[in-house]
Amino acid sequence: MRAPDTPVIVKGEALLAVENVSLRFGGVKALTDVSFDIRKGEVRAIIGPNGAGKTSMLNCINGFYHPSEGRITFKGETRRRMRPFEAARGGIGRTFQNVALFKGMTTLDNIMAGRFLKMRSGFFWQLLRYGPAMREEVEHRRFVEDIIDFLQIQHIRKTPVGKLPYGLQKRVELGRALAMEPELLLLDEPMAGMNLEEKEDMSRFILDVNQQYGTTIALIEHDMGVVMDLSDRVVVLEYGRKIADGTPEEVKRDQRVIDAYLGVAH
Amino acid sequence: MTPQAARDDTFPKLIATAARIRPGRTAIRHKDLGIWQSWTWEQVHDNVRAYAVGLSALGLQRGDKIAIVGYNRPRLYWTMAAAQWLGAIPVPVYADSVADEMAYVLDHAEVVQAAVQDQEQVDKLLSIADRVPTLRHILYDEERGLRDYDHTHLHPIAEVIEEGRKTLQADPSARAMLGRELAASQGADLAIILYTSGTTGRPKGVMLSYDNVIAAARIGCDFDNLQEGDEIIAYLPIAWVGDHIFSYAQAILAGLCVNCPESPDTVIEDRREIGTTYAFAPPRVFENMLTLTMVRMEDASAFKRRMFHYFIGHANRVGERILNREPVGLKDRLIYRLGDVLIFGPLRNRFGLTGIKVGYTAGEAIGPEIFRFYRAIGVNLKQLYGQTEASVYVTMQPDGEIRADTVGRPAPEVEIRIDDNGEVLYRSPGVFLGYYKDPDKTAETKTPDGFVRSGDAGFFDATGHLHIIDRAKDVGKLRDGALFPPKYVENKLKFYSNIKEAVAFGDGRDFVTCFINIDLTAVGNWAERNNVTYASYQELAGHPLVYDMIERHVDEVNRSLAAEPRMGGAQIRRFLILHKELDADDGELTRTQKVRRGFIADRYEPLIAALYDGSTEADIRTEVTFEDGRKGVIAARVKIRDLKPHPITAPAEGILEAAE
Repeated sequence: MRAPDTPVIVKGEALLAVENVSLRFGGVKALTDVSFDIRKGEVRAIIGPNGAGKTSMLNCINGFYHPSEGRITFKGETRRRMRPFEAARGGIGRTFQNVALFKGMTTLDNIMAGRFLKMRSGFFWQLLRYGPAMREEVEHRRFVEDIIDFLQIQHIRKTPVGKLPYGLQKRVELGRALAMEPELLLLDEPMAGMNLEEKEDMSRFILDVNQQYGTTIALIEHDMGVVMDLSDRVVVLEYGRKIADGTPEEVKRDQRVIDAYLGVAH
Repeated sequence: MTPQAARDDTFPKLIATAARIRPGRTAIRHKDLGIWQSWTWEQVHDNVRAYAVGLSALGLQRGDKIAIVGYNRPRLYWTMAAAQWLGAIPVPVYADSVADEMAYVLDHAEVVQAAVQDQEQVDKLLSIADRVPTLRHILYDEERGLRDYDHTHLHPIAEVIEEGRKTLQADPSARAMLGRELAASQGADLAIILYTSGTTGRPKGVMLSYDNVIAAARIGCDFDNLQEGDEIIAYLPIAWVGDHIFSYAQAILAGLCVNCPESPDTVIEDRREIGTTYAFAPPRVFENMLTLTMVRMEDASAFKRRMFHYFIGHANRVGERILNREPVGLKDRLIYRLGDVLIFGPLRNRFGLTGIKVGYTAGEAIGPEIFRFYRAIGVNLKQLYGQTEASVYVTMQPDGEIRADTVGRPAPEVEIRIDDNGEVLYRSPGVFLGYYKDPDKTAETKTPDGFVRSGDAGFFDATGHLHIIDRAKDVGKLRDGALFPPKYVENKLKFYSNIKEAVAFGDGRDFVTCFINIDLTAVGNWAERNNVTYASYQELAGHPLVYDMIERHVDEVNRSLAAEPRMGGAQIRRFLILHKELDADDGELTRTQKVRRGFIADRYEPLIAALYDGSTEADIRTEVTFEDGRKGVIAARVKIRDLKPHPITAPAEGILEAAE
């Protein structure tokens, strides 16, 4: 997928660091003492069997859950109890395992909604659609049209997303996350329920986002082929614990990972 | 036609004239980022000149070939004009060709440069670059994803044009060079090489001169009175002769405005926004629009549905006559007028055909019902018969003489004669120079007196209209001597919206059998309404209820064959529904979506054997190719159905003498 002459992107310093994070719901331990980091510009995969705590981990990163113990540092800043909108404002965008779009709104409006945090003009001016608000709207629309072009969804620009097939809804959701120009993009099973062709398209978009916009990406995915192809580094969770961390090749050879996925005789 | 324009015998000269006589008129539009961007003739002229200088700086010279790959984009059309300005020859290539096909064409044409649309095409070209030793530079239109590529042999078209513009301002010798090169090309020179998709064997490069293309374009413009202010939408492959004539030659000649859609998926929307006045589409496009409408109507409320069927029924009775300006009763006229307000007008608007002056369908036979439907709702749809070798026009339908079953009369300046074996031969100013680097094939196709063998069998009827029944070499005979025109039988089947593709066999056999591909849109919708559950195309295709439905269609086709002169023997006795869609990527269809019969016969040999040995089902394993070139295998057990033939009702002798 990458051109042979593409230089290897030099991955920078850690953009996000997760240190000794544990998460408990009453007696249930969703995460236990997990530590890893995400470096600037990389594609980082989080994998693991069902119930391993992958989505909980993402929820902690974007402030939807608050870790019971441990620290999460984003861009050098540690927040004790960050709220989701603060995470979004700080530059963390995300998509969800089950598509979470405004079903009655069009593709265009959904992606425009992703620009909301970037709007500066006040409610009153926006209501009038006049003056600075209008200029701003034009600017944002242009940005959104770039995304629509990028994701090749021009033909559904004016279609309510509730009417779209699942694969396209996923693409629109990615578009909305991109609209806020995130530094870190969290993708929760971006290819779940897709057919091969849709998966290939989505893989290409993810790589393009990473290379062209330089966005750092953390993704959860079940399709091992996809994970191994896309990601620079992989962290493996099982029963809320980290069992492996490294390049796809290293992880693939790790005996504990093989056991976790194939099961072992007890 | 002004005398000045008559002296312009190449497209660059015509563009220069257009920039002088209609500088401010819009020449081309492209919808980008949701907005229609437009260029006037003056701007087009400036860009083409600058581009020519840029290409020259990259080493393009008179006689060189430059490949053009991609969807319809202004800059790709300008590439043709800029190359022609320098006396180089553009070679448009089908954008969806797999790498192997493309490598063959580029190598055969010895292209030295290639202008492509985007990263996908750049990747494809890079992957075959070692098989095209002459290729030196690749130019691209869209930058996305290409930023990190090695740019020693890769250039954005916009930059090439900009460089050319700077050179043109700074260096008077560049100006002189442009003038020299412009004057050096003559009408008799090779203008373009169009590779035919090739139903059999390798693609052949059809060489057309400026005289050919301009003469053909002029025939079409005069015939339908095309002029400045007419709008067309360019969405068919630029490698196809039709697009070259309509979106390039006629546009430049008559000053049409060419509109390039945003993406292949937005064509219908974009056509609506523009309100094209002149349209061209293969039957498939019209079929799809109608199927979609019918499917949607099934989901509409009962009242709307009844209204729709009432007025469409009325239009089918009188609409065509009204369009032909024949006398129709006042009451019928009034009802039609009401229908026009309530149903037909909105439908035409939906289809983007409101402003249409004339629409053409060609390439394949169109179903009579489909054809009649569009004419009935007031769309002046016509058929024409053409070939790449003729620069399109062979026969056309004049206003008022439009019928679904013929392709019309010989176009102006075209002579036609029917050979002893029924083959249609034609001679016209548009007739090609020859096949590139293939004198043997050229000699086979062109007779010494300048006629071209079309390869199609047909006959003239009593009214002087030409009927095409099939490829001449495809018309076969059953063992008992009965005539078997496979395409004719297949087309009858394909006119049912549930059947997407059909392949009939029977030459030298005892009876006719058939493979059928169901149409997933139509049958899927039917399944939804009838509570038929399915998980895949394969499962739906094998469903007993689907088989029942298709069997009824086949039976109706048999009945109609039985009623036609000499066609009764071609009734289908056994058929099966294929487990996969026929696909150009697997070599089963050509790039223009025509069935490759011989290839399919080889590939599905076990199924054909089963059709003739009386078994009721058969196993088949087929290899399939994905778009990226990887291969997989599909295995299936396919059921076979038998049908009883209808008694032959038509008289033994008929009007098909010409097909003998």
